[in-house]
Amino acid sequence: MKNPFLPHKMEILDVIPETEIDSTFVLALDKPVKPGQFLELSLPGVGEAPISVSDFDEGRLFVTIRKVGRLTDAIFTLGPGDFLFARGPYGNGFDYQDFWGSDLKVIAGGTGLAPVKKVIKNFIDSDKVSSLQVLLGFKTPEDILYREEVRAWVDSGVATLTVDKAGSDWGGNTGLITGYLKGLDLSRLDKCKFIVVGPPVMIKFVTLELLLLKVPEDNIWVSLERKMSCGLGKCGHCKIDETYVCLEGPVFRFQRARRLLD
Amino acid sequence: MGYQLSREQFDRFLDRLKEDYRVFGPALDEDKGALSDSDRITYKEVSRLGELVLDRKSYFSPKEIFYPLRETLFRFCDGEITVPAIDEKKTAILLRPCDINGIDRLDTIFLENGPSEDFYYKRRRDKVRFFMIECTTGFDSCFCVSMNGGRTDRWDVAFRFGEQILAEVKSEELEPYFAGCAQQPFEPQFVTENSKKVRLPEVADITADVFKHELWSEYTARCIACGRCNTSCITCSCFTMQDAAFGAEGKMGERRRTWAGCHINGFTDMAGGHRFREPKGDRMRFKTMHKINDYYRRFGKHQCVGCGRCEDVCPQYISFARCINTLSDVTRERKSK
Repeated sequence: MKNPFLPHKMEILDVIPETEIDSTFVLALDKPVKPGQFLELSLPGVGEAPISVSDFDEGRLFVTIRKVGRLTDAIFTLGPGDFLFARGPYGNGFDYQDFWGSDLKVIAGGTGLAPVKKVIKNFIDSDKVSSLQVLLGFKTPEDILYREEVRAWVDSGVATLTVDKAGSDWGGNTGLITGYLKGLDLSRLDKCKFIVVGPPVMIKFVTLELLLLKVPEDNIWVSLERKMSCGLGKCGHCKIDETYVCLEGPVFRFQRARRLLD
Repeated sequence: MGYQLSREQFDRFLDRLKEDYRVFGPALDEDKGALSDSDRITYKEVSRLGELVLDRKSYFSPKEIFYPLRETLFRFCDGEITVPAIDEKKTAILLRPCDINGIDRLDTIFLENGPSEDFYYKRRRDKVRFFMIECTTGFDSCFCVSMNGGRTDRWDVAFRFGEQILAEVKSEELEPYFAGCAQQPFEPQFVTENSKKVRLPEVADITADVFKHELWSEYTARCIACGRCNTSCITCSCFTMQDAAFGAEGKMGERRRTWAGCHINGFTDMAGGHRFREPKGDRMRFKTMHKINDYYRRFGKHQCVGCGRCEDVCPQYISFARCINTLSDVTRERKSK
């Protein structure tokens, strides 16, 4: 009988520091994965946690991890040549074809950028979408992830970057991400599709604003964060109403997500 | 085939059975009650008829026999992972119809929900045989009739306990253990009325505004998040992964899963400190909806089977039956407006 609870080893190829508390771990990829899916990453004896896939290419898988607890503290002591244990990938992830032909707007707050980074990269120089606009918000300049890539997106005019708070040496935008929604080109509203990812409160207010701008619920996708303990539809931690976020999500159309009351 | 056994014959039947099966039934846990000098009924391994307690309801359900409170998923040692073996013996459980129905609800989660069967649940569950205790009256807090949980045909053997014991055997594998007993056809009866009744709200009548109704705030004031309702429930299935390491270098250890409950603090905690359903009333609402609404919408049957243990064990005397009835009144009132 198949035992889906057994993790397999994944070698750490590289560790890329992102901020003081976030690093991207590059792992040897050994199976197909979709953007927006997650892994149950673990160290036996320490713990297991769901972590979003942030990027992947031929043979490599990227996960951005924040050092916030027992497991992630231990993961941060590891480096190239060491191994992590993983189950998955789990969840539905994003389907690229959902966005083909659209004016795609990706709105990401904080670590919410991780699960959509691959989507942005896929569409940034692609003729599969009519246009791409990215809106990124972080707490402070020190919290910005994927600095080089983000700078390139901003320089090329694809992305607008804002931080909630900054010192006087910050030359860029400040203020909450909701304040920059007006800057999105909504001239072809029926062609626009939106992906909103970030902390629950950010998703709440961004989607509220979008609805006020007459965006149809149908054209908004969100990715929900929950504490999935198993990823297999058994443990019950991610259940909201009749929906299991680990099975039917974490990516949802907004008309479904808005009915999911915790 | 039906049989009639004297009490002595039943004990000899158990002796034969115990060569191939571990036998569990409701039995006395002396001095383990919530109050001093009080007892508690729990599921224990039994070998004599006299050990069975049949006139009181068990505090815990039989689920822990095949879904342990804490189960090792694998051990690791110097990079090697091994899955622990389990007892090869089969398991016979003396239990009531509501619990057989409750186990069906657990089966649905562990064997049907998600992409694959739960390895650990299945390997124990496959060994389980149901020895149904005929139950025609229930106890004070039971509301199985309202939940359609008091009747089942999913038993291997049905028993009626009295001065003589009647047994109807459905499973061929168990026939040999009754060799030498007098044949006596017997049809188990089921409870047709409980003193406690619940009125279920129509599934479709539960709307988002009911989630925010003030009825839940009563439970914010009363519930103390002890989770006894979750742990005593035959249908609560949630668990959390847990790792433990032994030895100075942490090279040895195990991953386990332990029961978790939606009333208990920490159930929704995420990395970074965000959590959902802080007020206890929200947790009561979440549990109630799962038991009598959203489980139905996903699987086509209610999760709650009306065993009533959650209100037997609640230190705050919260009655789940009353909660369902209040919810029913609220939804009916809203609909008529």
